Formats: sequence, C-alpha cells, structure tokens
Amino acid sequence: MEKKFVMHFPPVLVDKPIISTIVRKYDLEFNILKAFVSPEEEGTLVIELKGEEENLNKAIEEVKNKGVSIQPIESDIKMVKERCTDCSVCIGLCPTGALYMSENYEVKFEPEKCIACGLCIKGCPTKAMVTTI
Amino acid sequence: MKTIKEINEKIKKGEAVVLTADEIVELKKTSNTKKLAEEIDVVTTGTFGPMCSSGVFLNFGHSKQKIKIGGGKVYLNGVVAYSGLAAVDVYFGATSLPENDPRNTEYPGEFKYGGGHVIEELVSGKEIELEIFAYGTDCYPKKYLKTKITINDINEAILFNPRNCYQNYNVAVNLSDKTIYTYMGILKPRLGNANYCSAGQLSPLLKDPYLKTIGFGTKIFLAGGIGYVGWWGTQYNPGVKRRENGVPMTPGATLALIGDLKQMKSEFLKGASLTGYGTSLIVGVGIPIPILDEKILEWVSIPDEEIFAPIVDYSYDYPNSTGKVIDFVNYKQLKSGKIKIMGKDVPTGSLSSYKKAKEIAEILKNWLKSGEFLLTEPVFYFPGPESGYKFKPMKEV
Repeated sequence: MEKKFVMHFPPVLVDKPIISTIVRKYDLEFNILKAFVSPEEEGTLVIELKGEEENLNKAIEEVKNKGVSIQPIESDIKMVKERCTDCSVCIGLCPTGALYMSENYEVKFEPEKCIACGLCIKGCPTKAMVTTI
Repeated sequence: MKTIKEINEKIKKGEAVVLTADEIVELKKTSNTKKLAEEIDVVTTGTFGPMCSSGVFLNFGHSKQKIKIGGGKVYLNGVVAYSGLAAVDVYFGATSLPENDPRNTEYPGEFKYGGGHVIEELVSGKEIELEIFAYGTDCYPKKYLKTKITINDINEAILFNPRNCYQNYNVAVNLSDKTIYTYMGILKPRLGNANYCSAGQLSPLLKDPYLKTIGFGTKIFLAGGIGYVGWWGTQYNPGVKRRENGVPMTPGATLALIGDLKQMKSEFLKGASLTGYGTSLIVGVGIPIPILDEKILEWVSIPDEEIFAPIVDYSYDYPNSTGKVIDFVNYKQLKSGKIKIMGKDVPTGSLSSYKKAKEIAEILKNWLKSGEFLLTEPVFYFPGPESGYKFKPMKEV
C-alpha cells in the first residue's frame, strides 16, 4: 500500500526522530516530497509511505499519538492537456516539481509528485488544471 | 542591400530563404554576418501571451423591426459589450465581464468568464446569445431583442487590438509577506516565484528593436489568419534606455493590430482567467522581418542571453509607480526555470507560451516558403527614439 500524507509537527517535536522510528519499526519505504520549518518552528512534512497496510495503519496511529497532526492527501489533480497552452506559469507555483517543462517546451504533469495544494488550479489562465474531488 | 520588392519576387517563385528567429540565433553563432545577410531573405518571429488590450468590432446586421444599440445596453453571453457606436455596431473587449460577476468581492475573484472567453467561442463557431436593451426611436422602434448568433451569421467581425506585442516586459515578483494576485499571475510571498511574459529571442519587437522594418500596414500572422499592423500601440515608448545591441531594458514599443476575425482560429485566440485580476485574451502573433541589410541580420540574431528584462516588485513598487527595478535578468536565465534574486534561488514561470510562439514562427515560415504570403512595405514608419515620443503618466488634479 502506498499513500501520501501531510504532517504538521509542533515545535516540541521538530527535533525528534519520529519518521525514522516508524520506518524501521514497521518496515516502510518513504519518499519526502516537501519539508520545511516555519519561523514559529512548526514543521511541515509531505511524505509518501509504502508498506503493508496493517503496518502503515499502525505507523500512522503511532505518529498521531506522539502529537503530530496527520492528513492523508486524497484529492486528485489532473491536467486537461487540450486546455493547456504550455505557458509554464504553473511551474513557478508548483512546490514539489510535479509540473515541469520538457525539453521541447511542453508543460508536463507528474501526479505522483503532486501534493494537491491547488495553486496550479488557481494559477492556470486557461483552466487546464482541475480537481476531481 | 535587398529590397522588399526583390524578396517578394523570390517568395513568388518559391525561392525565398526563410528561417525562424530561433534558427537564425543558432546559425549566427557559427556563420559570418555578411554572408548570412546576403543569403537569408526573411526571419519569422512569434509570440503567444495574454494581451488585455484586445477586442473585436462586430456588426450584427439589422433586425426586421429595427433596433438601435447605440446609447443602450448590449450583452454577448451575458458579458457587457460597448454600445457607444451606431445601431448595430459594437466593440467588445477581452476584459469585459458580466454585470453580476462578483469580481474581487470574493477575494481573490475567479473571473471564470469574460470577453476573452466569448471571443474564443465566437471564433470557434459556437452559438452566442445576443441581448439588446434600447430606448427606441421613430426610425429604430424596437426596444428589446434576444437572439442567437454565430460568427457566420454576422457581417463584419474585426479583431482590433490597441496594444499587443510589448517589446520586452517586467519580470514580476512579490517582496511582501502575503500572496498577491496580479495580471502577471499569482505571486507567492517573499520571492516565492518570478513570472515573465515574453518569447525572448523569438518575440517580434525584440528582433527589430528600432522598428526599421515594421510600420503601418505591415502584414502579419494574426491568430491563425492574416492581419496588419494598424498603428503604433498604446503606451508606445520608444525613448526607453537601451543596451548596446539596441534592445530596450524596460517595456518599449507596442503595436496596434487589426485583422479579419473570420479567418482566425481559436487555438491562437484563447480566453484567459487571471485569478484576482480579471479576464484577458491570449493572442498569437507572428511578424516577418525582411533581411534588408547586415544591421537587420545582427538584430534578428540577438540571443536570449543578450536580452534583459527588469525584475519589479508587484506588492509595492508596481502598484505605486515607484519606477524601482530590483535587478535585470536575461531570457536564457528566465527560460532555465530558476533565477537568483537578492541571493535567493527563485523558480520562474512564463505567461507567454514559448512552444506556441515557436509553432507560430514555423507556420509563418511555411506560408512564406510556399509563396502564399507576400511581404508589405510599411505605408509609414513609427516614431523612433529620436522623436521624443514617450509614454506619459496620468494627469491627476
């Protein structure tokens, strides 16, 4: 099972090895898509976790119990290529590089990297980025 | 060295040597200017970006019982058209909105549908609702009319854009702590992104920086059809500072463009919604530049790395007209996807599609090579830097 999550770490937990603990304990694979610490020292992590469903659920429960707020990314963002003019204004907005320019100047979308922040939907002048939720 | 007449003779015979601006930039790196200027006849340019100062003149023909739009109110798919002309003539602009659009009262406004979208639908042949409220006269008694029209049902449909093809443009950034919504797109706080709007080395007026070949009557590619340069554009500003190669450092010349909407294609004329700002029209333009001498060859060969654009803060400096420029950056850097501003790596995005600009330059090249598109000699040339002509701010009392 593979799932993406947004996790918010309160300042007291920012320096704790929470992710490495669950990854070892529950035999998970992980891919960090985005991570930052705000000036108020709250940490935000966008992460993809892969492993046995049972283990994954246990890991999420453990993270929650430690005081980390966690939300799965459920919404699905799609590119309607016929509406896209390949302008690239979405690329500068995309925080994870899910939208990028190919060598022949075509705008491409890699849904696996998308964290569904929705900025591209607001930013596309021709409404080529849509959400299915 | 060459005249437009001579080049046209070659075009007619299918013998003209035509390259796109991208191709000449590459070729110039390894070839001699004199030789290239002799061999090459025309270089084609292209651009495809939102141009708010765009719109159409339409004539609907008369209803059986006549109605006078002039002085009344008129709507196309609910979007307001300008009714200050004769009985059944209107002007309809890209940024026009329905009266009930919430605009920015629900900030940032979505601006889902406006003039630009209606123009795109009209060009694509879709049916458009026309609604007229008139005051009635003895000769035009009808006071209300609602009907459906397509582009084929009406008489003239003329695209007339008072300002297109800006020669160079700002790179917009946001130095404030909150996201802002501008005509240059969404700008994330604290230099979160940088947006530009030019095809750079492919952009028409950057390749003829002093407009030595482009003037009133120049025949062009306009949104898939044939168009003409109909005047210099509004906010025309030829006296701006230039680099040694002649390219303006800030927005300089502009063009007013005109053409038959009925010839155009919706793939080159697209409605746009700019969140928090309004609607617009994305217009595809391609201009041929005849290689009359070596100097023109040098200009068309100027590469992205030698064309610089000013970086401007849109949270304070642009809205308050401070004139402050943070720095200059070239189009090679901009097209790489990342630039450095005040020591920070900033991702870039373009409102203008380079892919479509390339496609337009290529189409125009093929028109010229096949002999179906002849060049025109401008009827007159536009004011140059020496004229003293400049773009003035508004007089406020």
